[in-house]
Amino acid sequence: MAEGKLLTINMGPHHPATHGVLRLVLELDGETIVKVTPHIGHLHRGIEKIAESMNYQQVIPLTDRLDYTAATLCNMGYCTAVEKLLGIEIPKRAQYIRVIMGELARIMGHHLWIGSHALDIGAMTVVFYTFRDREMIMNMTEEVSGYRLTPSYLRVGGVAKDITPNFIKFLREFIKWFPTAVDGYNTLLTDNIIWRKRTMGIGKISAEDAINYGLTGPSLRGSGVAYDIRKAMPYSGYEDFDFKVPVGDNGDVYDRYLVRMEEFTQSLNIIEQALENLPEGPVNVDNPLITNPDLTDVQEDISALIRRFKIQAQGPQVPEGEIYHSVEGSKGELGFYLVGDGTENPYRMKVRSPCFILVSALEKMMKGHMLADAISVIGSIDIVLGEIDR
Amino acid sequence: MTMDNAKVLEQLQGEFADAIIEDVDFRGDLKIVVSLEKLHDIMLYLHDDKTLHYDLLSDVVGIDKMPREPRFEVVYILHSMDDFRRLLVKVMVPEDVAVPTVTDIWKSADWPEREVYDLMGISFSGHPNLRRILMWDDFDGHPLRKDFPLRGKDFDEKWDPDTIQVL
Repeated sequence: MAEGKLLTINMGPHHPATHGVLRLVLELDGETIVKVTPHIGHLHRGIEKIAESMNYQQVIPLTDRLDYTAATLCNMGYCTAVEKLLGIEIPKRAQYIRVIMGELARIMGHHLWIGSHALDIGAMTVVFYTFRDREMIMNMTEEVSGYRLTPSYLRVGGVAKDITPNFIKFLREFIKWFPTAVDGYNTLLTDNIIWRKRTMGIGKISAEDAINYGLTGPSLRGSGVAYDIRKAMPYSGYEDFDFKVPVGDNGDVYDRYLVRMEEFTQSLNIIEQALENLPEGPVNVDNPLITNPDLTDVQEDISALIRRFKIQAQGPQVPEGEIYHSVEGSKGELGFYLVGDGTENPYRMKVRSPCFILVSALEKMMKGHMLADAISVIGSIDIVLGEIDR
Repeated sequence: MTMDNAKVLEQLQGEFADAIIEDVDFRGDLKIVVSLEKLHDIMLYLHDDKTLHYDLLSDVVGIDKMPREPRFEVVYILHSMDDFRRLLVKVMVPEDVAVPTVTDIWKSADWPEREVYDLMGISFSGHPNLRRILMWDDFDGHPLRKDFPLRGKDFDEKWDPDTIQVL
């Protein structure tokens, strides 16, 4: 290593390859990275503090703003956590609809990841194809919930409304089309010699280190640890589906890429199974303290009107207790620690954000590599600053 | 070998009989409340023991139970990658008392402990880099404490509607 002065450079917060407002202070020896100091908090909105003054249903739109690339998965994490605290089980149909929407959101999150990751490294074509397909999912989300990016479609105790025949039609078309699209992404990147040279052997982290640094999700699975919460601690009916958990061997950027690419196929596989086996029935739990009565009932029945008013104004009453519940977000283990105190507001809500921990391990993965490789490492862990800063 | 909550608890009680103050099995997750003095020993044991082997520290949570004494609670969320068990370890912390850091056991404790320090004001002794993380360096106060006003200190002052002056 050359004897000389270290050069300190500032990367971000306004840098397109940091995927948001992440600021890295890099110390360089020539072009080699010696030290990395991430600075976060530019997007801190105090979601945990705000949640303490809201009722349990009102928190749902806040969770959309955590990982806004796969918002439904954040809804899923929150709603299943509240249901665990309440101790209720929602109907099978609602669970399956949640799985379909959640897996669509996961595909959407991975679309944004592969598009921008490839764009950062210099492969410009991919982003156009992924955004074309992302648009299809956005249209489907709009059809069922009315919103595109932050749908807030899930509710405590079920989902906002049942899916429509139009949605099923779109979804069937998408299922038919999507394998071709994934083949297309693979053709562009997987055997591309430039892509391989930019990603293989970069940002290596061993399985033991990855666990010790708290990596979860595809970033941990790239190192060969098959920790997928959908399999490890099934929630929302995931135990009914047959799917594989892809793992890598080397724990480098390329393996993390391969894991996520395989997750496209596996997610589609889950969606297909959920759609084929979608049971009939209600989409909300039959619990008068949690679920709104129908609008038709409200017009005819005074007690239903009172009940609807009470639920809208107060939300569900949650018993005293503390739980931790986590789901497999598109970036890793998305957990909620909820403290209920018997009132309609959460006493404390802590979000276990996967990206927050992933960024803290950046130095481990980047040290000793070239400055240009910092970009591929950031891309490979797939961070969203909305979730890091909360 | 898979371990269920009862077995984990049994082994821990055999090892640290007087340090475990309380144990709760709520909605399928085991939570133990341990004494602050023994916290680091217990955490080291949980990590190093071959049968327990909690190798993933998912998060560190700070809770403010304001009028109560001791005021704070810190919860560690542990997972084992052997058979994906979960364990919550809670410790009660009075105000102005530091909690021993666990960053020497799990590297992943680094940022969560900084976050608890930043937002809740609980300090961790032995932490290599205990600085604010989400708020800026010269920020005054700890926003997630229950006595911190929701809209921030600047917004909650009383003001006179006629003169628009802060009282």
